[in-house]
Amino acid sequence: MQIEKFYYDNKTVKWFAYAVLFWSIVGMLAGLWAAIALYYPPMNLGLPATTFGRMRPVHTNAVIFAFVGNGIFMGVYYSLQRLCKARMFNDTLSKIHFWGWQLIIVAGAITLWAGKTSGKEYAELEWPIDIAITLVWVIFGVNMFGTILKRRESHLYVAIWFYIATWVTVAMLHIVNSIELPVTMWKSYSWYAGVQDALVQWWYGHNAVAFFLTTPYLGLMYYFLPKAANRPIYSYRLSIIHFWALIFIYIWAGPHHLLYTSLPDWAQSLGVVFSIMLIAPSWGGMLNGLFTLRGAWDKVKEDPVLKFLVVAITCYGMATFEGPMLALKNVNAISHFTDWTIAHVHVGALGWNGFLTFGVLYWLIPKMWNTPLYSKKLAGTHFWIGTIGIVLYVVPLYWAGFTQSMMWKTFTEEGQLKFQFLETVTHILPMYVTRSLGGTLYLIGAIIMVYNLRKTILHGSFIANEAAEAPALPAKVETHGKQHWHRWIERRPMQMLVFSLIAVAIGGVLELIPTFLVKSNIPTISSVKPYTPLELQGRDIYVREGCYLCHSQMVRPFRDEVARYGEYSKAGEFVYDHPFQWGSKRTGPDLARIGGKYPDSWHYNHMLDPQSMSPGSIMPSYGWLLDNNIDTGSTAAKIRAMQTMGVPYPAGYAEQANADLVRQAAGIRATLKTDKISTGGTKEILALIAYLQRVGQDIKMPQASLPKADNQTFSGSDSNSQQGVAGKPKAAPKEQMAASNKDGQSVMGN
Amino acid sequence: MSVIILLLIASLSIATLFLGAFLWSVRHQQFDDEFSPPRRILFDEPVPATNPDPQPENKK
Repeated sequence: MQIEKFYYDNKTVKWFAYAVLFWSIVGMLAGLWAAIALYYPPMNLGLPATTFGRMRPVHTNAVIFAFVGNGIFMGVYYSLQRLCKARMFNDTLSKIHFWGWQLIIVAGAITLWAGKTSGKEYAELEWPIDIAITLVWVIFGVNMFGTILKRRESHLYVAIWFYIATWVTVAMLHIVNSIELPVTMWKSYSWYAGVQDALVQWWYGHNAVAFFLTTPYLGLMYYFLPKAANRPIYSYRLSIIHFWALIFIYIWAGPHHLLYTSLPDWAQSLGVVFSIMLIAPSWGGMLNGLFTLRGAWDKVKEDPVLKFLVVAITCYGMATFEGPMLALKNVNAISHFTDWTIAHVHVGALGWNGFLTFGVLYWLIPKMWNTPLYSKKLAGTHFWIGTIGIVLYVVPLYWAGFTQSMMWKTFTEEGQLKFQFLETVTHILPMYVTRSLGGTLYLIGAIIMVYNLRKTILHGSFIANEAAEAPALPAKVETHGKQHWHRWIERRPMQMLVFSLIAVAIGGVLELIPTFLVKSNIPTISSVKPYTPLELQGRDIYVREGCYLCHSQMVRPFRDEVARYGEYSKAGEFVYDHPFQWGSKRTGPDLARIGGKYPDSWHYNHMLDPQSMSPGSIMPSYGWLLDNNIDTGSTAAKIRAMQTMGVPYPAGYAEQANADLVRQAAGIRATLKTDKISTGGTKEILALIAYLQRVGQDIKMPQASLPKADNQTFSGSDSNSQQGVAGKPKAAPKEQMAASNKDGQSVMGN
Repeated sequence: MSVIILLLIASLSIATLFLGAFLWSVRHQQFDDEFSPPRRILFDEPVPATNPDPQPENKK
């Protein structure tokens, strides 16, 4: 057998490693910024780009797709070559992949800061970037599969299976969830509406956690942990079994993000069952990782790489135990919409993804620069600062989440809600402060790492092309020694079946689904009407400012929520919501029944200066909405897009939409005038007020009025019908606050 | 809820794909040897050592 000589490409790995270091700091800074803004509103700076609603998606996208994404590519490009005993398939593709991905990240950050967002969590990037992601992902795939095909080692090590599953599934998730109708260059509407959009989104969202943050990192664990510990994985059989189990089960767990929402019960239960099942394969991976170190704990004491890996794997175990528990309906009833969720994801993000990446970096960079790590001691410092950072981050948020949820659900003996929403927020602010301290520590640790690695790099000399040799793979001979003549045919129907199924699936997706979706957009509640043009524009502003990141629009059928917000949400209410805006976190109160609750002037003042209406509120002010004009040039296109997706505006309505818009805006101006507020004709604030006053109104007024742009009559009478919030009258907000403060004081002491 | 059909098709085709991959891997004896693969990955270091240390002629 001939021994071939070849070279591993370390250069691409180096680029990705630099990108990881760079984006880790950027992403964490954005996170810290957002965390501080939660207890110190001036941090929002009064600028659109720096408000929480825009910083938060910048943070999540930066840490997930920039930090972890580049971490994946760094690890895959390094390990895949060695596992396949082959250089990456094509250097040019590697280069395009790297720069393409960085370009996407930069474009993503800029557009998110500019408010260009599709409004779906973790999939916020707008359609041109979605297309770019698809292209770069395909390039990555070609490069990866090309390498696998020309490998010199016939066995596919388990890590490669994890990479393959990652690539395939992320491709599908991204495409299905990103089906959207472009309206302008930077604005699109999700093709799905309401409940359907929610289901697709969380099917995507959950699997993004599974196949972007978990499976690739498990692959990295299976390569770098044995390498760092210099001992084989504890059980190779276990690694194979838990891999196949994991990828078959993960796909079905998504609906656990929508427990107690308007999603049909059976779908919720399905999600719960599969989530519980996930404990087994997840813990299979964790135990396999930890057992690998059995008898080598003395090494862990000394080697910073192993320290990081051990904490990472432990955090993985904790997060994957907690996840299924949170997916239980009774636990979810408490945890959902609170900071508990944030704590949960950060155990995974800071512990599992962060620490594993750090461990890999500390191992990889000395290796590629052929020099020992500059300072083991600094790495140890990083480890401890980071670990304490995680604890300080996570524990206060668990506390905050549980406390707040309990406060939400507390009734007085008279059967009234004990706490105003705002009280439950101000009560947990100290926890937010502590959390940001934890985050700061974690960030300092990362900065120490950057310094340490930079010093290491300066001391070493980089091996751009690492020589290696291996025998060529025998060219497709034997397959099976005892090949029976019929086996060959026997295998064909199986392949036929697989390929035909895939073909049918694609055909079905392309032909049937759009029709299905448009049909199902026909309202199931007859009083639910499409948004007026002004409301539609207002809704887009709501999406643009990221309101959904702090305000849910989903009243769950619990006593406290019905008492606090009003009638629980029905699936039929959301049929025109492209995209859905249910949210996943209540930093502020739910808005599903906000329509008609307050006068227009309240909203106006509240947007200008939230603290003037709700003293102690942590909401940023949105002064620019009072200055900016509505983009009326887009109205017609938006209406047409909605019509394409089956929203029943009358034919030709797009052309007269702006006239209706102006008329409705004039109505709101008139009501504002009665409160001595004068504003320009088509300011954005008018659209937002129109939208907010509309939300949740449809099923409140049975007098099924016209769908069109007649004014939304929020005259006092009908607003009172619904919102007897725990017996509290709809008093002027200031009085309400004052009253609440009074009775709030006594309880906040305990 | 018709979107469920879309998700089912997508999820099932992925699952089918994975099933195919699994059957392929079993038939190609990927998992017959559980001993050497986890050990083999530990041994790619000695190979560069057989090469002279200066930068190889390399393509780049």
